[in-house]
Amino acid sequence: MASLTETSTATLSNEEILRYSRHLIMPEVTMEGQKKLKAARVLCVGTGGLGSPLALYLAAAGVGTLGLVDFDVVDYTNLQRQVLHYTSDVGRLKLDSAIDKLNAINPFVDIKRFDTYLNSQNAREIFSGFDIIADGTDNFATRYLVNDACVLSGKPNVYASIFRFEGQASIFATEAGPCYRCLYPEPPPPGLVPSCAEGGVLGVLPGLLGVIQATEVIKLILGVGEPLIGRLVLVDALAMRFRELRVRKNPECPVCGANPAVKELIDYNQFCGIRGEEGEAQTSDKIPEIQPEELKRRLDAKEDIFVLDVREPHEYQIVNIHGHLIPLGDLPKRVHELDSSREIVVHCKSGARSAKAVDFLRQSGFKRATNLTGGILAWAERIDTSLPKY
Amino acid sequence: MSIKILIPTPLRPYAGKQSIIEVTAQTVDQALSDLVAQHPDLRKHLFSEDGKLRSFVNVYLNDEDIRYLSKGATPVKETDTISIVPSVAGGVRP
Repeated sequence: MASLTETSTATLSNEEILRYSRHLIMPEVTMEGQKKLKAARVLCVGTGGLGSPLALYLAAAGVGTLGLVDFDVVDYTNLQRQVLHYTSDVGRLKLDSAIDKLNAINPFVDIKRFDTYLNSQNAREIFSGFDIIADGTDNFATRYLVNDACVLSGKPNVYASIFRFEGQASIFATEAGPCYRCLYPEPPPPGLVPSCAEGGVLGVLPGLLGVIQATEVIKLILGVGEPLIGRLVLVDALAMRFRELRVRKNPECPVCGANPAVKELIDYNQFCGIRGEEGEAQTSDKIPEIQPEELKRRLDAKEDIFVLDVREPHEYQIVNIHGHLIPLGDLPKRVHELDSSREIVVHCKSGARSAKAVDFLRQSGFKRATNLTGGILAWAERIDTSLPKY
Repeated sequence: MSIKILIPTPLRPYAGKQSIIEVTAQTVDQALSDLVAQHPDLRKHLFSEDGKLRSFVNVYLNDEDIRYLSKGATPVKETDTISIVPSVAGGVRP
């Protein structure tokens, strides 16, 4: 593959030559390669788990122009893996926090900030100022948006995603190679694949995958080695095994195929979520709810209410309100533990799993089951603020 | 014959928490049928209601996508490994 900048007009100061000396003496980089890095413009979509190591290493390596897209604010649950952000940054915009660190690492990098949620209206325009797009986002809607915008703009999409101990990485949307839709034509309906918020993620895993992304970005810029095109690397950190699968360009791909159906950006929230959101709305319509304040008042009045917690045992260990624990997945086979004549208030972390449980219970004859609005998080927020949130 | 199916993390809760499951089969279809027979909870995660493999679940025989082999009819042999590779969005936000 040809490098992005065949002959670079960038020049390096003496200070930069010293800074990059360990690159300059490598035959795969040299002055020429370092000038290509300086001339390169890379957009990092997201400055979270993947975006942190990605942006840190790209800045350190001397990528001349680094774009950052994020709208989020640093919170405490980010700090376990988003190493761009420090404890003192909690409450700040991730962009402000990220730019401080990246400037401190390498003041020679020109950072472009995009304080926005990437969407179908702004993606093409934002992408137009960059040569390579690195996708470090956390949801399917944005992933399909980034992919499609990359295909339509003719820019490579350096991709990684993570779940618990596992990650995937590849390069999509190069001219000859496959795109993300060649690999996965459609997103899963919401609810069928557990989200990372439910499933968790090992803090170092985005480090591993983000560094793979940074490596591939730098190789694309230098035009060296074998880029991760047409290959999907699977990382299993628990087994510490790296596997590789072939990804072929699908001639019938709706975006990058011979006769594409998608010729402009679409509504990705609709593409990724509408079925599930409608489904959830229908479910919650008929699912009776109880507010935490109401539950508190009635428990204090010693009313006969059975509190059922449908989270996992390890979540129960973090915090509980002494409910009877039956994880959602075990409910069908343990439903005999419940008394259908009693009033049952079901809760989980934030209300989604318990809504499914209430739906199941009511269909199974437990007509007095209700869902605790907002789950144990709402309880910790509004009733007992001494409880930890997670 | 007996071959291995590698189960990805998001699907392990529906597969008795196992990462590798041995099945008996001559083809990929038979291997997946044996898999969901052993672990019925997996069925809805792998197949849509009309019995088709879901479009966000890819099945590989060794390192090749079965869509580019003979799909479900692809024959399998003793040393083969089938991988189930669902799409994951990655990152962490509710």
